[in-house]
Amino acid sequence: MRVAIDTDVCIGAGQCALLAPDVFTQDDDGFGTVLPGREDGGGGTLVREAARACPVRAVTLGAPAGP
Amino acid sequence: MTTAEEETAREAASGEGAVAFPQSRTCPYHPPAAYDPLREDRPLSRVTLWDGREVWLVSGHRTARALLADQRFSTDSTRPDFPIPTERAAPLRRRRRAALLGWDDPEHNAQRRLLIPSFSLKRTDGLRPRIQATVDRLIDAMEAAGPPAELVEDFALPVPSIVICDLLGIPYEDHAFFEEQSRRLLRGPTAEDTEDALARLEEYLGALVDGKRTTPGEGVLDDLVARQAAEGGPDRQELVQLATILLVAGHETTANMISLGTYTLLNHPERLARLRADPGLLPAAVEELLRFLSIADGMLRVAREDVETDGEVIRAGDGVVFSTSLINRDGTVYAAPDTLDWDRSARHHVAFGFGIHQCLGQNLARTELEIALGTLLRRLPGLRLAAPAEEIPFKPGDTIQGMLELPVAW
Repeated sequence: MRVAIDTDVCIGAGQCALLAPDVFTQDDDGFGTVLPGREDGGGGTLVREAARACPVRAVTLGAPAGP
Repeated sequence: MTTAEEETAREAASGEGAVAFPQSRTCPYHPPAAYDPLREDRPLSRVTLWDGREVWLVSGHRTARALLADQRFSTDSTRPDFPIPTERAAPLRRRRRAALLGWDDPEHNAQRRLLIPSFSLKRTDGLRPRIQATVDRLIDAMEAAGPPAELVEDFALPVPSIVICDLLGIPYEDHAFFEEQSRRLLRGPTAEDTEDALARLEEYLGALVDGKRTTPGEGVLDDLVARQAAEGGPDRQELVQLATILLVAGHETTANMISLGTYTLLNHPERLARLRADPGLLPAAVEELLRFLSIADGMLRVAREDVETDGEVIRAGDGVVFSTSLINRDGTVYAAPDTLDWDRSARHHVAFGFGIHQCLGQNLARTELEIALGTLLRRLPGLRLAAPAEEIPFKPGDTIQGMLELPVAW
């Protein structure tokens, strides 16, 4: 899995960081961001829940990055 | 679909005389029984507003999330085709749109971005000690005065009112004034009340904001004033309108959740006992109460273009009402939806809305509710209603749901 947040779309609702705090946080301006080193999503179902909870669908779950 | 087919489909959807919306609840924590036909197997139905206009009502969870996130729908209340749920709000909403909620992107986004840093999880979490101190102080005062107490006046309203004043940089000593104007703005009873209340609030906040130019403080409004001076925006009018919606939305909604939440808990003694025994359940309980109570029951949009969904076509110019109480009790998403249950996952409810307008203050609200309800239960273990449950008055269906009074003893 490759987790990303589209910061142009993010409205800072914080639902990703609330649901999957091991993978997401909010930066100093309140926008969602993926924690460094957790771009693989940590393999948790919570990441999918977090993506679903995002009110503006700013969280994207993609295929793993190529080699 | 042809126009004739559409008419037939609409007639089928609306049946004999569409259900009137909004209607008052008979039990303050359940949707009105009159909405039952809207809960059956369709995700959207037709309802009639006070002015006789028929609009779509969304009750299905999946449909609601899709449409609330769909920017082909507008929240611009000054559009002549925008659905307005009460007669008293019509003149004001037709003439003026509220900051944030009344704007579509890109204007909405520019306004929201000014405020996102102030409502982040970190900022909200940082308010915990002050919220706890406020809650403790109010309970101290209730204990000192002794039972009975009127919980709306003594606790449910002052908690969020003090917190939002603190956060925004508004002097709490003016609370009697702005609480009264908020009440008139949201509940009238007349159109003149809503217009006059808004004018007074804006006059008050305008003077306050002007004062901050020369004597800055540390609130969110002070930050906005400083930003205005440094970067040229937002202008004074925009700032005053933002301040108005933050102040009104910041205390009314949470106050209603505290009063109605407490009433609901006291009417569910088994659930209450479990929550008292295991305070770790509190975050889940707050989430479940948000779902179960759905106090902002009727979010409004108008279609800007034709939108097909669930075998229907919502035409450009059609009004759409989202009944959060029905959406959050969609039986395909929440098993036994009319039961209050700490063990379910209440996640993905739309009590705070969905899409770009989802509540800016939702994390502050969660924090306030956790601290207020948790502390109330912990410190007053004998808390009980001081009047028969069915005699305690609550708010009518055409405004944010909550208790008008809540007499309690302990």
